[in-house]
Amino acid sequence: MDFLRPASWEEALAAKAEHPTAVPIAGGTDVMVEINFDHRRPEYLMDLNRVGDLSEWEVGEESVRLGASVPYTKIMENLRAELPGLALASHTVASPQIRNRGGVGGNLGTASPAGDAHPALLAAGAEVEVESVRGSRRIPIDEFYKGVKRNALAADELIRAVHVKKADGPQQFSKVGTRNAMVIAVCAFGLALHPRTRTVRTGIGSAAPTPIRARAAEEFLNAALEEGGFWDSGKIVTPSVAKQFADLCAAACNPIDDVRGTASYRRHAVGVMARRTLTWTWESYRGARRLTEGAA
Amino acid sequence: MRVHFTVNGRPQEADDVWEGESLLYVLRERLGLPGSKNACEQGECGSCTVRLDGVPVCSCLVAAGQVEGREVVTVEGLADFAKQRAEGGCASGACGTSLQNAQEWQAQGTDSQTGEGTELAPIQQAFIDAGAVQCGFCTPGLLVAADEMLERNPNPADADIREALSGNLCRCTGYEKIMDAVRLAAARQSQGV
Ligand SMILES: Cc1cc2nc3c(=O)[nH]c(=O)nc-3n(C[C@H](O)[C@H](O)[C@H](O)COP(=O)(O)OP(=O)(O)OC[C@H]3O[C@@H](n4cnc5c(N)ncnc54)[C@H](O)[C@@H]3O)c2cc1C
Ligand code: FES
Ligand code: FES
Repeated sequence: MDFLRPASWEEALAAKAEHPTAVPIAGGTDVMVEINFDHRRPEYLMDLNRVGDLSEWEVGEESVRLGASVPYTKIMENLRAELPGLALASHTVASPQIRNRGGVGGNLGTASPAGDAHPALLAAGAEVEVESVRGSRRIPIDEFYKGVKRNALAADELIRAVHVKKADGPQQFSKVGTRNAMVIAVCAFGLALHPRTRTVRTGIGSAAPTPIRARAAEEFLNAALEEGGFWDSGKIVTPSVAKQFADLCAAACNPIDDVRGTASYRRHAVGVMARRTLTWTWESYRGARRLTEGAA
Repeated sequence: MRVHFTVNGRPQEADDVWEGESLLYVLRERLGLPGSKNACEQGECGSCTVRLDGVPVCSCLVAAGQVEGREVVTVEGLADFAKQRAEGGCASGACGTSLQNAQEWQAQGTDSQTGEGTELAPIQQAFIDAGAVQCGFCTPGLLVAADEMLERNPNPADADIREALSGNLCRCTGYEKIMDAVRLAAARQSQGV
């Protein structure tokens, strides 16, 4: 095995072009497990910790540019207002030790259907900035996941950053597991209200071969909220609407039975989380509306 | 390959390091510092917890080459580390813990008769006083994690302690005595004893 230590982003791209089989290592919380257990013996291991800008973030007008290696701890501490869904999801990852090392770039690199960042990114709306010596491109998050642990990266490409839309409304993340820490999701659900465009977006984890959005459920809810004048009136979402939304989210799943849970449990749990996260976010939307109206 | 890094405040180098080796392996097998324990090698148990540039991490998940030029604190250096922190830095110039002292470090309190022996970090003393150590395998990782939390958060609520230690498994104690130990260390810290 060779250990590559690029000192800059350009050097990293050049090394990846020269050795497309090189395995990048950022926090190492996925890669090192595989190496320790001899599941993987890469010819080249490429350390990204020396590429400083990968650990930085920038809050822009519309979105946050989150460097690929920014650890979860920093997201929780610094981006709770801008990226509430991702901050909540980050807080559910493993343990403090893991959150101090692991980040969204590694989660995207692994592209496990159980990765906790994915539902939050899908719900918020995000683009993955990837680059190779051939050039740079931005992959919409919906097109990034290609199969179980497969993503849209070419062999010579690296993830530089994720551009996540800043929250324009309440966001929630919910995860089912056996304890509050150190749990790979049985299934997970992210929901973001986007009052500016009067839309709702979802993300489902661990209930299909890839992280997915529940598009039919989103379309149903968008139409129901619009037709009922809910965004303007701030009324409570009708239970029948919430139920239909939850059922459509459950129907979007294509889960499997495994050691963590059965397919039917996952489908059921996704429905429950969909209804709950809708209630939580809608309550906080109504609360915020009342405040602004009270002030006006 | 060869890796140069700072361990417990002193520059060290490790030779013949395999590229896929973990920091934990380097500490235990190359530098002779077996305080950090190897239980799972997959980030689940926290018994290998060390501080890397100040931050608690599972040393089993850090590749050896990633620590080149960086600073690691292990449980063997915790007592000196805590002392220097309490003194507001390293006054004497001879800060940190030499490799030999670290290798020979033993958790013996100060002898009450002679005044000799190793001075413990407050968190170590609290673990002993509260009876938080049974088989002891989880203890080094818990000490490093708990010490870091108390540095950041001197007056932790129980929920803060549980969260900070949520990555450290103990199979013996049922955690209650560990909670007692951290509360004790926090109380002593705030009383300045
Ligand atoms: C005990 C334990 C518990 C865990 N619990 C959870 C959990 O609750 N939820 C969860 O989502 N995950 C969990 N994980 C998995 C892991 O922590 C996450 O997937 C994390 O986000 C990985 O980030 P990393 O920086 O450590 O990735 P690494 O291990 O460094 O890399 C992961 C993959 O991404 C690739 N990669 C990394 N950076 C880049 C880049 N810039 N460009 C291209 N490819 C790149 C690597 O080559 C590798 O294939 C857990 C892991 C452990 C060990
Ligand atoms: S040995 Fe590293 S976490 Fe268990
Ligand atoms: S004392 Fe035995 S594992 Fe904690």
